[in-house]
Amino acid sequence: MDQLPLLIAATLASGTPLALAGLGLLINEKAGVLNLGAEGMMLVAAIAGFAAAFTTGSDTLAFVAGAAAGGLLAAAFGALVIWLNTNQYATGLAVSLFGYGFSAFVGVGYVGQKLSERTPFEIPGLSQIPFIGPALFRHHPMVYIAIALIAAAVWFLYRSRAGLVLRAVGESPESAHALGYKVRWIRLMAVVAGGALCGVAGAFLSVVYAPLWVEGLVAGRGWIALALTTFATWRPVRVLLGAYLFGGVTMAQFALQGAGVNFSSQLLAMLPYIATIVVLAIISRNPTWIRINMPASLGKPFHPGT
Amino acid sequence: MSTFSKRTLLSLTAAAAMAALVGCGKKEEAKPAATAPASAPAAAAAPKAEPLKAAWVYLGPVGDAGWTFAHDQGRKAVEAEFGDKVKTTFVEKVPESADAERVIRDLAAQGNKIIFTTSFGYMEPTLKVAAEFPDVKFEHATGYKLAPNMGVYDTRFYQDAYLSGIIAGAMTKSNTLGFVGSFPIPEVLRNINAFTLGAQSVNPKIKTKVVWISTWFDPPKEAEAAQSLINAGADVLIQNTDSSAVLQTAEKNGKYAFGWDADMSAVAPKAHLASNMVFWGPYYKKAVKSVMDGTWKSERTIWGYKEDANGVIKIADAVPEDIKKKVAEVKEGYKAGTMDPFKGPIIDSEGKERLPKDAMPDQAWKDKVDFYVKGVDGKIPAGK
Repeated sequence: MDQLPLLIAATLASGTPLALAGLGLLINEKAGVLNLGAEGMMLVAAIAGFAAAFTTGSDTLAFVAGAAAGGLLAAAFGALVIWLNTNQYATGLAVSLFGYGFSAFVGVGYVGQKLSERTPFEIPGLSQIPFIGPALFRHHPMVYIAIALIAAAVWFLYRSRAGLVLRAVGESPESAHALGYKVRWIRLMAVVAGGALCGVAGAFLSVVYAPLWVEGLVAGRGWIALALTTFATWRPVRVLLGAYLFGGVTMAQFALQGAGVNFSSQLLAMLPYIATIVVLAIISRNPTWIRINMPASLGKPFHPGT
Repeated sequence: MSTFSKRTLLSLTAAAAMAALVGCGKKEEAKPAATAPASAPAAAAAPKAEPLKAAWVYLGPVGDAGWTFAHDQGRKAVEAEFGDKVKTTFVEKVPESADAERVIRDLAAQGNKIIFTTSFGYMEPTLKVAAEFPDVKFEHATGYKLAPNMGVYDTRFYQDAYLSGIIAGAMTKSNTLGFVGSFPIPEVLRNINAFTLGAQSVNPKIKTKVVWISTWFDPPKEAEAAQSLINAGADVLIQNTDSSAVLQTAEKNGKYAFGWDADMSAVAPKAHLASNMVFWGPYYKKAVKSVMDGTWKSERTIWGYKEDANGVIKIADAVPEDIKKKVAEVKEGYKAGTMDPFKGPIIDSEGKERLPKDAMPDQAWKDKVDFYVKGVDGKIPAGK
């Protein structure tokens, strides 16, 4: 049983990038914008973060660089879909493909490079408690920041005036517009914030988790994060729990393999998506549920004149 | 999503359909003589001859610090050897799809006289183009299908894995080794078994735990798999995947691991015990030379230590002297042909004898490895 705390620790770490990116996409979608470019934004942020960590040796700067890179790419996406009304699905896919190629292109010189020595993180005192210490209190600060961000998002979306406006823009941009809110700018801010969070997730992967840079490093986690928002029915806390669940399934499978139990890893790789489809099927049968949680204008362009 | 499905077995499904096509190609095939413009009687003294054009098709970018990088080192070795008598080109990041066929055909049409296709998934495209260009020689890495103008080459990576096993067996304190595997194909199973047998040769108590990740390349997943092996008690790790993530995870945890496909000593100075290398240069030089001389033959070539095609390099200072000596001895054995990692007796994990005592395995035996040796935990995931 001495493996269990380590399994919990690994689950928290592997769920963190999914939770961060999932939260970012949730904020996008609450404002009515669907950004399928998550994978691309995470990749561009991963190389930006790695490059920053490599040149400065600072994790903080790496996360700032990652957030900036993700935010910038998201801003470009936002300008296209919000002002030029390009199709959100096609534009998002283009951002993903662009991010893949662009990150590979600028990252060539960083392949095989090594980040400077990093000390393990421990919360003094707490980390010495048996079982709980190794499971919960020996993580990179970003693991805790992700939890704090989820809590902040709950407060913001459901307790603050600005969050109410954001949700109004996602539910009925026409009404929000009629009330005098600048729908396009609010959407752009949500998109940039979402991109920045995806960026932090990307930087976490390349700077803390792997830690290395190679082409295609994100390896599909952007898509899992997208599935996660639907799986969580657009509720931040469920995004966090879903992220730990998706992260934990992989880790549990590896732990089982290590213990000599056999399990199909291909089947497990499909699980997040199957779970998402199941949730979609369930909530689609219940109209009230959808009405309560799913942003009504998700994916639809907004023309202020009409 | 990036799936580096190099050597993937997917293309096996297309194999049956292709067989007929190859059959047709065979009949029209001309004799492979006097194809290279530079094939003067005395190759060394050929003055002012047109350089021989040779081309490489790569799966990854040359900067992948692994599989493709190693092939490109081989190409550079050809350039260094033959100077202006050869003109090399390469195309990188060629997917194992219909694109591969187009790239290979372009290279053949551009007048290249020998074309190396360096990933398992290029087997069918290479066969197809080979049938269209009987005057061009094709060499396909890690495959098994031949044509009159298409040869196959590979290296004995398991010789490396066995030597790394010897080092791992000496360095482990928990007597538990960890292996991060990609797909349960014979090539990878051979490496797992050789690694375990090597370790057992110096430490009979060795157990190896294997975690399969179903990809050649997903660094975060490789790191997760490595972490779970460490959590399960493994303290020396090795991988048959393409990034240095396993090594870096070992470094983070204060454990040991190995480099694979490339010199990874700089990535994790404390964890790095040795790097397992493939050197394609010697074979590429031989193949190019044989086209120049007009002696090229279609055959399956598998090279190892004897031909300087493999090597375990940069063995860490922490490894005891007597173990380094043992590694050197086995290397000599490989070269002399007296040593093989799979020299009998080979007992599988269920106690069945797969090779009797003192028997030497032949290539057909090695091609069909589908079991774990005794000491490897668990069962091989069912492919079917």
